[in-house]
Amino acid sequence: MAEQKPKLALYWASSCGGCEISVLAVHEKILDVAAAFDIVFWPCAMDFKEEDVAAMDDGEVDVCLFNGAIRNDDNAHMAHLMRRKSKVLVAYGSCAMEGCIPGLANFTDREHMMNFIYHDSPSTDNPEGIEPQMRTTVPEGELTLPEFWNTVKTLDQVVPVDYYLPGCPPEAKWTLAAIEAILSGQLPPPGSVIGMDVTVCDECSRTRSEKHIKQFYRPYEIIPEPDICLLDQGLFCAGIATRAGCGALCPQVNMGCRGCYGPNEGVVDGGAKLISALASVVDGATPEEIDAVLETLPDPAGYFYRFSLPHSLLRRTHLVGSNGTRTVEKITATPQLDPKLKD
Amino acid sequence: MTENRVGVYICHCGHNIAGTVDVEEVALWAAGLPHVAVSRDYKFMCSSLGQELVEADIKEQHLTHVVVAACSPHMHEPTFRQACERAGLNPYLFEMANIREHASWVHPNDRAAATDKAKAIISGSVRRVLELSPLEPLRAPIHETTLVVGGGIAGINTALEIANAGHPVVLVEREPSIGGHMAQFDKTFPTLDCAACILTPKMFEVGMHPNIKLLTYSEVEQVDGYVGNFTVRIRKKARKINTELCTGCGDCWGRCPAKVVDNIYEAGIGYRTAIYRQFPQAVPKYPVIDVETCIYYKNGKCKACEKFCPTGAIDFDQEDEIILMQAGNIVLATGYDLFDARRIPAYGYGRLANVFTSMEFERLTNATGPTGGKVVLRDGVTAPESVAIIHCVGSRDKNYNVYCSATCCMAALKFAHLVKEKTNAEVYNFYIDMRTAFKDYEAFYIRLMEEGTHFIRGRVAEVTDAARIPGEEGKLIVQAEDTLVGKQRRIPVDMVILMGAMEPKDDAKEVAYRFGIGCSEAGFFTERHPKLDPVATMSEGIFIAGACQGPKDIPATVGQGAAAAARVLSLIGQGVVEIEPVRAVIDESRCSGCRICNNLCPYNAIDYLEEEGVSRVNAALCKGCGTCVAACPSQVIQGQHYTFDSLMSQIEGLLYDVGNNQNGHVRVMEPEPV
Ligand SMILES: Cc1cc2nc3c(=O)[nH]c(=O)nc-3n(C[C@H](O)[C@H](O)[C@H](O)COP(=O)(O)OP(=O)(O)OC[C@H]3O[C@@H](n4cnc5c(N)ncnc54)[C@H](O)[C@@H]3O)c2cc1C
Ligand code: SF4
Ligand code: SF4
Repeated sequence: MAEQKPKLALYWASSCGGCEISVLAVHEKILDVAAAFDIVFWPCAMDFKEEDVAAMDDGEVDVCLFNGAIRNDDNAHMAHLMRRKSKVLVAYGSCAMEGCIPGLANFTDREHMMNFIYHDSPSTDNPEGIEPQMRTTVPEGELTLPEFWNTVKTLDQVVPVDYYLPGCPPEAKWTLAAIEAILSGQLPPPGSVIGMDVTVCDECSRTRSEKHIKQFYRPYEIIPEPDICLLDQGLFCAGIATRAGCGALCPQVNMGCRGCYGPNEGVVDGGAKLISALASVVDGATPEEIDAVLETLPDPAGYFYRFSLPHSLLRRTHLVGSNGTRTVEKITATPQLDPKLKD
Repeated sequence: MTENRVGVYICHCGHNIAGTVDVEEVALWAAGLPHVAVSRDYKFMCSSLGQELVEADIKEQHLTHVVVAACSPHMHEPTFRQACERAGLNPYLFEMANIREHASWVHPNDRAAATDKAKAIISGSVRRVLELSPLEPLRAPIHETTLVVGGGIAGINTALEIANAGHPVVLVEREPSIGGHMAQFDKTFPTLDCAACILTPKMFEVGMHPNIKLLTYSEVEQVDGYVGNFTVRIRKKARKINTELCTGCGDCWGRCPAKVVDNIYEAGIGYRTAIYRQFPQAVPKYPVIDVETCIYYKNGKCKACEKFCPTGAIDFDQEDEIILMQAGNIVLATGYDLFDARRIPAYGYGRLANVFTSMEFERLTNATGPTGGKVVLRDGVTAPESVAIIHCVGSRDKNYNVYCSATCCMAALKFAHLVKEKTNAEVYNFYIDMRTAFKDYEAFYIRLMEEGTHFIRGRVAEVTDAARIPGEEGKLIVQAEDTLVGKQRRIPVDMVILMGAMEPKDDAKEVAYRFGIGCSEAGFFTERHPKLDPVATMSEGIFIAGACQGPKDIPATVGQGAAAAARVLSLIGQGVVEIEPVRAVIDESRCSGCRICNNLCPYNAIDYLEEEGVSRVNAALCKGCGTCVAACPSQVIQGQHYTFDSLMSQIEGLLYDVGNNQNGHVRVMEPEPV
């Protein structure tokens, strides 16, 4: 038999599935990957089971691309399992790296979320008030569900991570770059983000000027000039604070960058960088004028932390009640889901 | 790499720190921090013995970094930096931990809390100092010429001091003549000596001085560069006079048919012509043509002045001149504006004819003024029989200016004396508090009381011409609460003088911006230190003197002028300046050219390089304020000495006993486990 091929595993935790598709987006190169690696686990595409992985030796998997955030017991269990079995664990995509869209749930908490989804949302039709239970007995026996967490976490908040591949989802060329680096053994130092160290503006061909923002527009409110920086035209664009690598895909089609590639190399809190940058160029002479400009940006916390809330420096504080129960006080910037969610 | 060895020194500051913080315990505790090789407490670290302690340890204990936990770095950072340097340690590997203002002084009654806080501050400083890199100061030669802006008594004095020391000065004055407000006065308090007699010799000396280049009717338009090497662009407005030919004889303004109200020098109560010289002793002696009011510029006719000028000096086609100059230092002496009394309608200025401003009264009482020094009502003939002088008009009033203008009480006393002397009228001074600090001022006040001036303590509510009781008809009635007697008073008078506040010049903010300095909340230029460095500013090489820094009288103004000159002379004497290397640096290889930072720098230090598509900081102009550092969304602008790593480490150090650290990120509050 030919020499042993390196073993590759892919796993998805709390994610939308886009990352899985992005792996397939390497197109025909997937065949090279398949040729180069022995794929040992890929629930989305192949029929391996958890037991198969559990049966392997620790460290037997050479590389695991792990996508999705960690928001329940099962996610955490699999994160620990994959960590144990893998030599190199890659946080693949924004959810695993920063928390991404599932992470916006950290603006509220489990109780409020359950209430909204199973009772209060306008589209909920649940007259019996049924809620998911961790254990349910049905004629065939007992069914179980993993426990749903109060807080969405990133992969590296649960287990140590070796490399990060940003993006929602990562661009195929970076997936390939990562795989090639692993194959060639020319890996960056552990803890590195595989990608660029400049921002989206670097890849954006629009002409930029000095910034004076007098009003923010929603995308439907104006038709932007094709060659001028979107931010200069008052459209929210996170490109200034977002790691390059996507090729400035969104700005190319008149859509402001949403920030899925996360903050630039070395930045601790990308949302904070966006806030200080934009606040610096808001054009208003008086506090009232400045407020008026800021009013035109609805849900600022959602804009600034769209992809990075769990990994940011923003935290809910825990209040310990006199009876020892812990309650969670939400960070003040609550998205406007439902007035009831605000306290 | 050599091993890190940090020396930590905890200062008692007498009782200031040791009275509240358990300094021995902190020193013991600090000895256990990672990389700390030496930890000591000492009574006065800033003393020469304290400094020698640090020097000896650096040499003997091979310290690589030093933290002194004491007072604010404002005062003693330079002290300890120098101590480090003497012992051969790069001074930028030193960090000051402020456990006095930040710990002992703010928690005077809580020893445990103050001690804990001191530990946290020191822990932060130790973490931070380990991230610092050695830096070398930038050095630049100092250009010998000094630019002085504003030719009032402050600017005149500064210019003369520097010029007399043998160095070139360029003095720029906006008006056609130097002299400032003092040139408008007749007498000066408290000695009552004649303002002109003491001012004009100095003005003359400026005009004749071989080392002074005087540019009147001129304005500084742009300033670039940095201490030692400023490039200044000056617009010399067209006088329309060929000063090579003009002898200042006065034939021209004698014949000029265009009479206009002189709002500047005569404070609006006298006239001048379109071609005019501000006052007889003006320096320089040449007139200017005011093109706004000259008939020739309106309809192409007249030219009376040209006809009568014996030397052919009138030049209607003369244009503004732009002068570019180099200067090593700049002194701003742009003075003040008088409060606009119309802003307090209840006092009636502009509505009631015989309400005067203080500056109008100065001109009224001045021998060269429109009445030849006669104190008369607005009709120009009637002498007043009673005069009210209202203090604090626009000062000490939260609706206008909360500060005290410092000079108006004394000027009001001067006026009371002059009124009495010239008209023998009854004089009523309405004051809130009488402020006559400084040498011989109180004696002047006592003298005025003896002269029979009435003093009423209370803020005036209203000045009105609506008579209510007999005796008030045809008079101005001043209504005030007499707080000493505790009752309302209505005093009918013929004339009211409003002692307006000394306010920042109306363009002080723009001027400050142009020269890269700051303004206080009130709008006066901000000094580097209110007590110990009142004439320097946060911009190296830019000094301030006189009333532009805050309300003050002539002796204080003159003192500041001399002080500013001394500071300039000491820099010229050094020949080169060392510039703090705490600067912002853009990593151009990583700048994406988003241009967020481009218009943020208060010192205009950032340029955008179109071709390269990146922004660049001019190190000589940057003051290291950090505005751009915070704003850059790519985080590719680093503040030297305040790098992200050093700041994050400091924060982690400060929070050494809170939460846990993960991935080098501070997790202040952990997410809920489940
Ligand atoms: C009514 C009154 C009476 C007073 N009487 C006395 C007194 O008796 N005794 C006493 O000690 N003090 C007196 N003072 C205080 C005195 O006026 C000031 O202390 C003094 O004039 C301050 O001098 P200065 O040179 O700082 O400012 P200023 O006299 O205001 O001179 C500033 C000069 O700078 C020029 N300038 C301003 N901006 C620019 C610019 N951008 N470019 C170029 N030039 C510029 C102005 O034209 C002016 O010539 C009195 C004040 C008032 C209001
Ligand atoms: S730190 Fe930045 S904003 Fe501040 S002076 Fe320097 S270049 Fe200007
Ligand atoms: S803000 Fe930062 S990235 Fe943007 S132009 Fe300035 S230095 Fe470059």
